[in-house]
Amino acid sequence: MSSYFPLILGIAIVTYIPRLIPFTLVSKKSMNPTLKKFLTYVPYATLGALIIPDAFTFIPNNPLAAWGGVITAFLLSWLKGNIVLSVLASVGATFLLLQYL
Amino acid sequence: MTISDKRTDIKEGIKDAFPIAIGYIPIAIAFGILAKTNQVSLMDTFLFSLMIFAGASQFAALNLIALKVAALEIILATAIMNFRHFLMSATLSTKIKNPKKGIIPLVAFGITDETFSVTAMKDGKISMLYALIVNTTAHISWVSGSIVGYLAGSILPETVQNSMGIALYSMFIAILVPSMKKSFKVIIISLSAGAIHSILNVSKLIPQGWTLIISIILASLLGVIVFSKDDGGANI
Repeated sequence: MSSYFPLILGIAIVTYIPRLIPFTLVSKKSMNPTLKKFLTYVPYATLGALIIPDAFTFIPNNPLAAWGGVITAFLLSWLKGNIVLSVLASVGATFLLLQYL
Repeated sequence: MTISDKRTDIKEGIKDAFPIAIGYIPIAIAFGILAKTNQVSLMDTFLFSLMIFAGASQFAALNLIALKVAALEIILATAIMNFRHFLMSATLSTKIKNPKKGIIPLVAFGITDETFSVTAMKDGKISMLYALIVNTTAHISWVSGSIVGYLAGSILPETVQNSMGIALYSMFIAILVPSMKKSFKVIIISLSAGAIHSILNVSKLIPQGWTLIISIILASLLGVIVFSKDDGGANI
C-alpha cells in the first residue's frame, strides 16, 4: 500500500487556510458596519442552505422518511426548543418510517 | 476566567457537540469503509480524518484516488470545496470574546459546517475554550468513527445508518428554529438561502462545490439590502 501522506498534507493545508486566515485578520480591527451586518446574517443563511434542500432528499429511495424526520425536528424544536431531544426524536421517527414505510 | 467558568464552558461544549457526534459517527464509519475499499492504509485513513477533518473533501479525495487522478488535481479540487470556511471563520472571529492569539490557530482548525452552526448560534459571545471543546468533541467523534468503519466495516444496518444520517439536519433545524420564532429577519434570510441553494442545485448553473457558498453570500447580501433601514447593527 502506498502512503498518501503528501496528498493528505496538501489537502490539509488548503482546507486549513480558509479556516485560519479570516480569523486572524478580522479579529484585530474595528469592522465596517455593513460588513458586520453581513456577517451577522451569515449563520442564518448558512443554516438555511445546509437544511434546504438536502435534508429532504438525502434518503433517495425513501424521501418520505426524510420528510418525517424533518417535520419531527421542526415541530419539537418549535414547541420545546431542546436540541438533543429534537435530534433523538427525529432519528427515531426516521428509523420507524424507514422500517415500516 | 474563573475555574467554575471554565467548567461551565467545558460542560456546555460537550453537551452542545453531542448532536454533532451522533451525526458524524455514521458518516465517518462510511468514510472508513470506503477508504478500506480503496486500499488506503489504516494509518492514512486516520491521518485523513485527523489532519483534514472535512467530510466533503475527504470523500471527494477518495473518489478521485479511485479514479487515479493526480495528487495536485485532487488538492485543487478539494481547495474549492472549502471556500465557504472563509465566511464562517470571519463570522466566528466576531463572536469570540477576548480572542487569544496563540489559540486562534487551534480553534480555526476545527471549523466545519456543524461546529460553526453550534458555536455561531450560541447566545451572546462565546469563549475560546467553549469553541475549542465543541470542535474537539466533534473531531474526536469524526476520527474514531473513521477508524471504527475501517476496522469493523458496516456494523450499522442500513436503516440505522440512514436514520442517524438525519441527525445533522435535525440539529441544524433545532438550532435555527428558536431564532426563527424570535425574528422575521431570520425567517426571510434562512428561507431565501434555502431557496437559492435549491435553485442552484436544480439549474446546475454553477459547479456543485460552489452552490453552498454562493447561496450563503447571496442570502446574507439580500438581508443587508432588504433590512438596510434598521440600524440594529449586530442585532438580528
